Amino acid sequence: MTTTDRVAAPRASRTETRAPAPSRARRRPSAGRLARVLALLVVALLVLFPIYYTVVGSLMGPSDIASAPPALFPHSLTLGNYRGVFRAVPLGRQYLNSTVVALLITLAQLVCAVLSAYAFVFLALPFRRTLFAVFLLTLMVPWESIVIPNYLFMADHSLRNSYLALILPFLAGGFGTFLLRQSFRTFPPELRDAATLDGASHGRFLLTILLPLSRPALASVGIFVFLSAWNQFLWPLLITDSPNMQTLQIGLASLNDAEQANPGLILAGVTLALLPTAALVAFGQRFLVRGLTAGAVR
Amino acid sequence: MAVLRKPARAASGRERALSLAMVAPSLVVFALFIFWPLVRTFQLSTTGQDLFGRPDRQVGLANFRGVFSDPQFGQVLEVTAGYVLLTVIPSILLSLVLALLLQHPLRGLRILRSAFAMPFAYSVAAASVVFAALFNPAIGIANYLVTSLGFGPVDWLTKPGTALLSIAITTVWMSVGYNMLVLLAGVGGVDEQLYEAARLDGAGTWRIARSITVPLITPSLFFLVVVDTIASLQSFGQIRVLTRGGPTGHTTTLVYWIYHTAFENGASDYGTGSAQAIVLLAVVIVITALQFGVLERKVFYR
Repeated sequence: MTTTDRVAAPRASRTETRAPAPSRARRRPSAGRLARVLALLVVALLVLFPIYYTVVGSLMGPSDIASAPPALFPHSLTLGNYRGVFRAVPLGRQYLNSTVVALLITLAQLVCAVLSAYAFVFLALPFRRTLFAVFLLTLMVPWESIVIPNYLFMADHSLRNSYLALILPFLAGGFGTFLLRQSFRTFPPELRDAATLDGASHGRFLLTILLPLSRPALASVGIFVFLSAWNQFLWPLLITDSPNMQTLQIGLASLNDAEQANPGLILAGVTLALLPTAALVAFGQRFLVRGLTAGAVR
Repeated sequence: MAVLRKPARAASGRERALSLAMVAPSLVVFALFIFWPLVRTFQLSTTGQDLFGRPDRQVGLANFRGVFSDPQFGQVLEVTAGYVLLTVIPSILLSLVLALLLQHPLRGLRILRSAFAMPFAYSVAAASVVFAALFNPAIGIANYLVTSLGFGPVDWLTKPGTALLSIAITTVWMSVGYNMLVLLAGVGGVDEQLYEAARLDGAGTWRIARSITVPLITPSLFFLVVVDTIASLQSFGQIRVLTRGGPTGHTTTLVYWIYHTAFENGASDYGTGSAQAIVLLAVVIVITALQFGVLERKVFYR
């Protein structure tokens, strides 16, 4: 497990520096190469079509998108769906709910993960192995199998339809600790020794040296936690029933139930809900891959 | 604040206290919302309840007997197994094809990679409502395709034969982005010299993929089989949005069954739901253990 970071680093640079020019020059356009491009196009069409449909469909008027057979290309573009979707569900409020919940969960998990990973790596933590097993165990319990008692807990404390209920169970997670622990373990010992000689306290070492140098790992954890918090479905569905306390995801599901005949409206809602996560996947891909492979290579 | 010390020196009691205080926030959250609920799930599974769903008496294993003798139990297991097979295998194969196609330099590759990763940005709700529109029998693209190929229109989500397939297609599409990123990371780790050597020996693209790339990324493939299987067993949103477990239970997986028993339409049978939840827990544990026991032996670790 501990080698991931060391393995990942040269790997990334190898992909960056692999020069495309020579190999392209070496190989003349062959039948195999043509087949590859063709296969790529077919798969591209299959995988990318729903994305095209989401965005373009959200800009189509009812005469294009809600017609049979459906129009694949818009005859005209309109922003009407975007105006309509805010009238159909309290989308603005739900956007706020999702943002508040996902940001608070991300922040809390980052703080908890930094603290516990630091204790695991840099301090003489008692029962270290047992505690680490406990952290790993949290990753293995399916949330769906413990959702009933959690629901009853919130209901008994009259916490349904509250931010508290949406946030509390996810204030900490094993994944962040796991990934940051791996990253901290590869921290150069010389740098740590230098800080020790300077008489730096744990707090100063953590805040001024370790964290700034661990930004990529922190970004991985942050992006991952945000994505999963933003995209949650089962828990907010159970714990909220007032539209004003629901998250965007539940709003999309109710939109789908209420506006079946109006796909443009639904797709406008989807496009809006996608904005933050699409930005993270597009611009944070480097960090995503690092998080994805944390368990893949051991 | 304690001063940093070399690991060789004995740790002070103060450092031990500090370290425990630092793991405490996480442990408190885990205890309250994972471990205690786990214990409660076992407790609830042996508890009966009054008309309002409040637990009121011990019933021993009656809830489990109820689950196992429920005529729906067999169907639920069948649907769950079918769904896992229909999602995990196609999704890994499709993303393997993508990763192999995208591994070599090609114009516009960076943008294509980002585009193919995009399904990962879709939440389960977002993907499901998009596919609900695509599968719409009257105005959906799926039937447009089917009818232009000369077949009759299909009621994708309301016919027993196609409902589970439609949900599986949605799930495969959703998981392709993630799977491709994992496999691309694995492919990127293969030593370039191996490819050079194979090319010098006259190996073609297909032969290189089959004999070098795939064997060398078996750790990534194994990781995906485990992670995707668990994720598939836990699928809920796509079923809730697309079919609500129907028609007549043909898309009711274990997780949806729990939801149906404990929550759907105010059902609130928490005792039976908890017994079903323990069945889910057992299934996840057994399948994960099996995968580690059987599949991992075939994995090629460097």
